[in-house]
Amino acid sequence: MTLSLRSKSMILSIALFVVGVLAWHVVTYHPDTGPVATSLSGEERGELTSLGMIDADIDHYASFGIAFPQLKQIAGLGLSREMIEGAGGIAALGISAVSEASSPAPGSLFPSPGQIGVALWEAVTDPFYVAGTNDMGLGIQMGYSLARVTIGYLLAALVAIPLGFAIGMSPLIYRALDPYIQVLKPISPLAWMPIALFTIGDSEISSIFVIFICSLWPMLINTAFGVASVRTEWLNVAKTLEVSSLRTAVRVILPAAAPTILTGMRISIGIAWLVIVAAEMLVGGTGIGYVVWNEWNGLRLDRMIVAILIIGVVGMLLDLLLARASKLVAYTD
Amino acid sequence: MTDQADHSARKMIQVESLERCFPDPDGRDQTQIFGEVNFTVHQGEFVCLIGHSGCGKTTLLNILAGLDQPTSGHVFADGREVTGPSLDRAVIFQGHALMPWMTAMGNIAFAVESRWPGWGRSKVQAQCQKYIDLVHLTGSETKKPSQLSGGMKQRVGIARAFAIEPKILLMDEPFSALDALTRGSLQDELVSICKATNQTSFMITHDIDEAILLADRIVLMTNGPEARVCEIVENTLPADRTRSDMHTHPNYYPMRNHLIEFLVNRSKTFREEITAEGFDPKKPPVARPAASDDGTTSTDFEQTTKEKRAS
Repeated sequence: MTLSLRSKSMILSIALFVVGVLAWHVVTYHPDTGPVATSLSGEERGELTSLGMIDADIDHYASFGIAFPQLKQIAGLGLSREMIEGAGGIAALGISAVSEASSPAPGSLFPSPGQIGVALWEAVTDPFYVAGTNDMGLGIQMGYSLARVTIGYLLAALVAIPLGFAIGMSPLIYRALDPYIQVLKPISPLAWMPIALFTIGDSEISSIFVIFICSLWPMLINTAFGVASVRTEWLNVAKTLEVSSLRTAVRVILPAAAPTILTGMRISIGIAWLVIVAAEMLVGGTGIGYVVWNEWNGLRLDRMIVAILIIGVVGMLLDLLLARASKLVAYTD
Repeated sequence: MTDQADHSARKMIQVESLERCFPDPDGRDQTQIFGEVNFTVHQGEFVCLIGHSGCGKTTLLNILAGLDQPTSGHVFADGREVTGPSLDRAVIFQGHALMPWMTAMGNIAFAVESRWPGWGRSKVQAQCQKYIDLVHLTGSETKKPSQLSGGMKQRVGIARAFAIEPKILLMDEPFSALDALTRGSLQDELVSICKATNQTSFMITHDIDEAILLADRIVLMTNGPEARVCEIVENTLPADRTRSDMHTHPNYYPMRNHLIEFLVNRSKTFREEITAEGFDPKKPPVARPAASDDGTTSTDFEQTTKEKRAS
């Protein structure tokens, strides 16, 4: 049977997913076995019986894993089981016994695929609930993050594309600005955060500023490069046709450089999406990055992993969007 | 056509003592690519310039187009000094220089809209269609350059140049990247369009047969650096020559041999010729290679003094 590359790769992907989930399931598998019953020797049983405890009660308490010394204490109370239960259980009577729920507390173990599936279902089916400032649906939190990224990214494009044009067209401006770009470009976007918080004050605008700064450089550099490497022959055609500078920029340079500019925009949106999560962890309040941090602090690892998964999916969709846009402006020479 | 060449016709291109230098890589000195270049192209005339690569042919054409500036000397187009590019001088580039993101029609329309900015959409469309039909590209209007063959791309380039109805057509080895068959058919089309529009044309080439077929006069340029125009050859073949029959004409081989002799030998040794003959770069000798009545080849050199007296 011959399969197309597409279906082969799909089968392989699914197989990898299944194997991964199975491995994950095995590693995180913790059967909820309940309490292990205490086994009593004949002597111990005899001692308890001599204290006036009936066999049914001994079996009942032993099945909860209550050890012999505590059983002796219970027997010493001289109360029937009905009376103990009526008084609120053995714990209420001052006997420290192992807890009835012996399964681990949520968060103390890495969640299994099944638990994540449940959390994912909850997140996806109810994405827009608001139950408090720290408890909102992932849809709402994602909205905050996307809004910040969109605003910062668009502002960066608004600055980077015209400036990149100027740098690409004028060797003078290129040489004048190059040292600043070279120094500012390698600075981690988050390093700007304290400056932004101090000067701007508002945390919301600060995170938008950080997105702006980190999306700026790839777009700026790619636009400048694309504009500078427009073929001389195309510019010569425009010159011999006495085309004005503005019309040359719009009709010749922009379409010629568009694929390179779009590549820069695609790199930028990827970086912006990486940075927003970190920025929101730092600033807090709202956003998908804050969700990750908040769920970690609350030890809701299942919900944290769901948030991380959704960050990945949205990042992929953003990249896909820009890839589509690149296709629109692509040309084969 | 050459014999009856009307030298009183309007001078569409006048090149006077043109020199172009490029700085050396070390930046201290300059190398002269060519100098003392003088020639004229009259209205309706087709002039070819032949020379080896490296003699500054493309630089010369760029100066004529206004895309490059000479180090010294002047170029006049239709009586006005060339200071920059103009719509009066259309250029057909060596590579087709089509914008790959525009369709064939779009490329031509870009030129037409630049020539006549006030024209409406339908008028632009009609002008483009006229020249698309002229270069036999009907049906390929909406194709992008990447979907066209090399010959078709250059056809679009030709249509783009003619569509703006320029006074002067400048061509920089337009067919050099094409295979022989395609080149032949494009040459035929170029001849017919130039004749129909009485187009003043200047073409750079290194193809001798192309020059003999197309040119009324052929400017010979020596090897660079310090290239010179050493001679101007008048085409002695009849004006109605075609690619299929020109090689049967008795003057064909004298012409061809004269040009080959130049390219193979004289282009290198010309420097000695200049010093030996007291050569005047302002009036390079005019050669008319033709078959004599007795069947031998003779090349009639018109003396500069004679020509001066005649005019």
